[in-house]
Amino acid sequence: MFKSLILILMGGVLINNYVLQQFLGICPFLGVSKKVNQAVGMGVAVTFVMLVATAATWPIYTYILFPKYAYLQTIVFILVIATLVQFVEIVLKRFIPSLFKALGVYLPLITTNCAVLGVAINNISDGFNFVESMVSSLGVGLGFLLAMVLFAGVRSRIENIKTLKSFQGLPVTLIAASIVAMSFYGFSGVIEGLLA
Amino acid sequence: MKNNKLAILLKGIIEENPVLILVLGTCPTLATTGNVISAFSMGIAATLVLICSNAVISLLRKVIPDTVRIPCYIVIIAGFVTALQMLLQAYLPSIYDMLGVYLALIVVNCIILGRAEMFARKNPVLDSVMDGVGMGIGFLVALLLMATVREVFGTASFAGNSIPFMEYFKIPILTQAPGGYLVFGFLIALMNKLNQKRGGVKKKSFSCEGCPSASACHGSCEKGVKEGEANV
Repeated sequence: MFKSLILILMGGVLINNYVLQQFLGICPFLGVSKKVNQAVGMGVAVTFVMLVATAATWPIYTYILFPKYAYLQTIVFILVIATLVQFVEIVLKRFIPSLFKALGVYLPLITTNCAVLGVAINNISDGFNFVESMVSSLGVGLGFLLAMVLFAGVRSRIENIKTLKSFQGLPVTLIAASIVAMSFYGFSGVIEGLLA
Repeated sequence: MKNNKLAILLKGIIEENPVLILVLGTCPTLATTGNVISAFSMGIAATLVLICSNAVISLLRKVIPDTVRIPCYIVIIAGFVTALQMLLQAYLPSIYDMLGVYLALIVVNCIILGRAEMFARKNPVLDSVMDGVGMGIGFLVALLLMATVREVFGTASFAGNSIPFMEYFKIPILTQAPGGYLVFGFLIALMNKLNQKRGGVKKKSFSCEGCPSASACHGSCEKGVKEGEANV
C-alpha cells in the first residue's frame, strides 16, 4: 500500500512529469519561468490548486456523477475548478493574507491551466481511490514545481547568450526545454528499480 | 463585403496563425503531433468546437453580461466538447482512444477561449464563423506541419505508411517529448526568419498577449511579473 503510494508520487514527479513528458501546462511553464522566485510561486500555487481540485472533483465524480451522469465530467470539472480557484482566492485574501500575497497573482492564471483539469480527469480514468488521487495530484504538482525551477535556472543562463536573430526569444527557450526534457529520460525505470 | 469575409478567413491561416504567430494552444500542438493521424484528428476536433463556440458566443454577445462572460464561454465550449466526445466515442472509438485526455482538454485550449474573447464577442455571427474556420484551418495546418516533420524524420513513415530509404536516417527521439519541443522551436525560428524577410518583425514572446487567461486575470499576471521582479 505504502509502496504503491510512493510509486505514484515519484511517478508523477519524475517519470510522467506533466510538463516535460506529457505536455500539459506548457503556457505557465514557458510564461512564468523567467525568474526562479516566480517559478516557485507559480509551482506552489499550481500544486495547491491541484490538491484542492482533486479533493473536490473526486468525490463529486464518484458519488454524484458516476455512473448515470458520467458524460458530464468535462463540463462539471471545469466549472468546479473555476469556482474553486475564485473561492480559494477569496478565502486566502480574507484569512491568510500573507499566503495570498505570495500566491494571489498566480491563482487566476491557473483556472484554465490544462494541467489542473488534466490531473483531475486522469485520476478518474486511472481508477485511483481518494488517497491515491491526492498523492498523485501532489506528485504531479511537485513535478510541475521541479520542472519550473529547473527550467528557470536554465533560462536565466540563456538570457545572456547570443543566438541567431531568428532564434531569439521563444525558439531558443523551446530548444532548451527540449534538452531539459531529455534529461528526465534518465529517470525512467529508476524508481521501480529502487523499490523492487 | 465578400472580400472582407475572405480576409478574415485568410488572416487566421497565415498572418495570425494561432500556433506559429500568436503562440496559442501550445499543449495540444506538442502533445498530439507525434504522428500525422492524431494531429489531423486533433485539428479537426478543435476546429469544429471553435466554429460552433464562436457562432454561439457571437449570437449571445448581447445577452451575456460582461462581468460573468468568461464562465459563460467556458460552459458553452465545454458543452460542445462534451458533445464531440460522445460523438467520437460512438462513431470513431479508435480516434477517441488515441486523443485520450487531450480531447477533454480542448475545453481549456487557449485558442478557443482566446478567439471568443478577442473576436466573437465583438463581431457578428458570420464574421465569427469565418474567423473560426480560418483559425481552425491555421491550427490544423500548423499541427500537420509539426506532425509531418516529427513522423517522417522520427519513424520514417507518413500517416502510418512507411517511406522507403528514410529508415536509415530516422531519429526516434523526434516522436517523443523532447523532439516535440525541438521541432516546435525550429518551426517558430523559421517563421521568425520568414517574417524578417518580409520586413515586419513581430516580436513574439510569452506575455499577457499570448496568455489564454489574460482576459480572465485582468493583467494581474503582468502585474505579478512586475511585482515579482521588484521582489528580487
